[in-house]
Amino acid sequence: MAIWLDENSRIVVQGITGSEGSKHAKRMAASGAAIVAGVNARKAGQSQDGVPVFASVTEAMEKTGANVSVIFVPPKFTKDAAIEAVDAEIPLAVVITEGVPVHDTTEFFAYAQGKGKTRIIGPNCPGIISPGKSNAGIIPATITPPGRIGLVSKSGTLTYQMMYELRDFGFSTGVGIGGDPVIGTIHIDALDAFEADPETDAIVMIGEIGGDAEERAAAHIEAHITKPVVGYVAGFTAPEGKTMGHAGAIVSGSSGTAQAKKEALEKAGVRVGKTPSETARLMADIMRSL
Amino acid sequence: MDLFEYQAKALFAEHGVPVPTGKTATTPDEARAIAAELGGKVVVKAQVKTGGRGKAGGVKVADGPEDAYEKATAILGMDIKGHTVHSVLVEQASNIAEEYYASFLLDRANRTFLAMASREGGMEIEEVAATKPEALARIHLDPLTGVDLAKAREIAVAAKLPEAALDGAAELLVKLWETFVKADATLVEVNPLILTGDGQVIALDGKVSLDENADFRHPENEALVDVSAVDPLEQKAKEKGLNYVKLTGSVGIIGNGAGLVMSTLDVVTYAGEEFGGQRPANFLDIGGGASAEVMANGLSIILSDPSVKSVFVNIFGGITACDAVANGIIKALELVGEVTTPLVVRLDGNNAEEGRRILAEANLAVVKPVDTMDGAAKLAAELAAAAA
Repeated sequence: MAIWLDENSRIVVQGITGSEGSKHAKRMAASGAAIVAGVNARKAGQSQDGVPVFASVTEAMEKTGANVSVIFVPPKFTKDAAIEAVDAEIPLAVVITEGVPVHDTTEFFAYAQGKGKTRIIGPNCPGIISPGKSNAGIIPATITPPGRIGLVSKSGTLTYQMMYELRDFGFSTGVGIGGDPVIGTIHIDALDAFEADPETDAIVMIGEIGGDAEERAAAHIEAHITKPVVGYVAGFTAPEGKTMGHAGAIVSGSSGTAQAKKEALEKAGVRVGKTPSETARLMADIMRSL
Repeated sequence: MDLFEYQAKALFAEHGVPVPTGKTATTPDEARAIAAELGGKVVVKAQVKTGGRGKAGGVKVADGPEDAYEKATAILGMDIKGHTVHSVLVEQASNIAEEYYASFLLDRANRTFLAMASREGGMEIEEVAATKPEALARIHLDPLTGVDLAKAREIAVAAKLPEAALDGAAELLVKLWETFVKADATLVEVNPLILTGDGQVIALDGKVSLDENADFRHPENEALVDVSAVDPLEQKAKEKGLNYVKLTGSVGIIGNGAGLVMSTLDVVTYAGEEFGGQRPANFLDIGGGASAEVMANGLSIILSDPSVKSVFVNIFGGITACDAVANGIIKALELVGEVTTPLVVRLDGNNAEEGRRILAEANLAVVKPVDTMDGAAKLAAELAAAAA
């Protein structure tokens, strides 16, 4: 099982001929993921490190049975690439690209919602990994073996850190949803999917300052999630009005603070760690008690 | 990036949103000259990126050039909520019949755009939202179809604007939406939007926030940056392509990944409580690669900050394994040259043991390897306190 990505996932890489795309296509393939196609209209018919390159996502899907796209194209072209994936009705499109204008993301997200066929993860995210099954994005596959913890996170390196600290238990799926103000998949989507996944026993949720996604997730957990959830929120000491690396990570006035998010999560029965290590310990305790 | 009122209004005018005629002045003499050129009554408005200017005395009506000179003298150099007034906008005074409110913004929670409008203008919109929520119309917009004249009219009607203002407001809203989209704004706000005595609808004030991710489409935006407000270290970091934010403490921070660095700031602050309240001196994300060159650039920026008494290098080896990171740190120290500030290094993740071994064998006096993030934060805070 796992969520959204498993041993049946066949990956097409949009932007496979670029430096990031080619590097990560090789890394994904080396970790056992089925990289079946690349897309670049100008290089159709060629191959990149043994992977056939097609003119469009639609063609790649027809010829190779691809059902997941990973998008590495530069910010300027990301909207078009995402719309192409949505038009091809690919079930999952993972947008790794950082620095996409928020008007572009809002447009292609609305477009995908309208079509109703494609889940978008990202942009500005590390992607999704189901250890031992498949890997769509840039999450290093060597950090953790398969297991029964599900993880959803706004942050890449904190995802890696948490997986590393809990590698003795392993993960069903880890999904990095990204740090932009508008993202295609939110904490709530992942929480619901983990709740329904028989191979996931408990969930780690990592948030950060900015917006109110964590507060909404807390309300959702209280009403709909029965599996144990452990939370971590980064940015308690971030000053107001300064963007902390991620375009979405900014405290404005009283909104978006880590403290408010922590309180909302705790009120919903989520155990929240003060540091990544403490959070990992809380999850380890839960896994041992199950 | 937030714009000054005069910049917002210039952007509005460029897209056809009606605004009063005016110019900016940085001296009272300039203000007098502009008032003479405009003729009649003028308004002298402090240009600061904060609300509450009127209440603070930063907006004054002047009868003519001499009065404009007097008013500009009073306003220039004023401090408004910590912002010094370096320039004033001198505008033709408008004949205000009524004041409204209108804005378009990014609605993060609903992942779409939102129009807000109200007949109650002039005051802080948060106050209207809190005290009279029924007076504030909120209309979600479809990003794919946007705001045409019919949609704009729907917004104006929902805001309960009077019949006399509907046509003018709808036309203005269409232009305002064009500004929002074409400038890649996350907020365009007009407060107040006014109806004049002769029935015109005009943007009397303007607030705009632009999305920096879209700067590649707007090379002209570089000229909008308020250079006087940019921290010199932040500027230097930006030139090197580094993601750096200056903070107020004494522990320099380098890490890879925005989330991990934010988390590092927290952990250092907690650890610092034991050592006289030591706090992070900065946020610096050197990204996933953590190459020697990037590390060297980051280190040199942090070490050029005189308030930095210790440095915490917090790296999780993911894409780049820890042995490569360890070699990068050693190389970076060579590149930076004479370093006396202690460097607490925590390496975790892929090949962490190998990375730690490399650092230990290099036997550098300033490098203090610690295995855990919490332990490293504690040592960095302790060293900063000892050096203070």
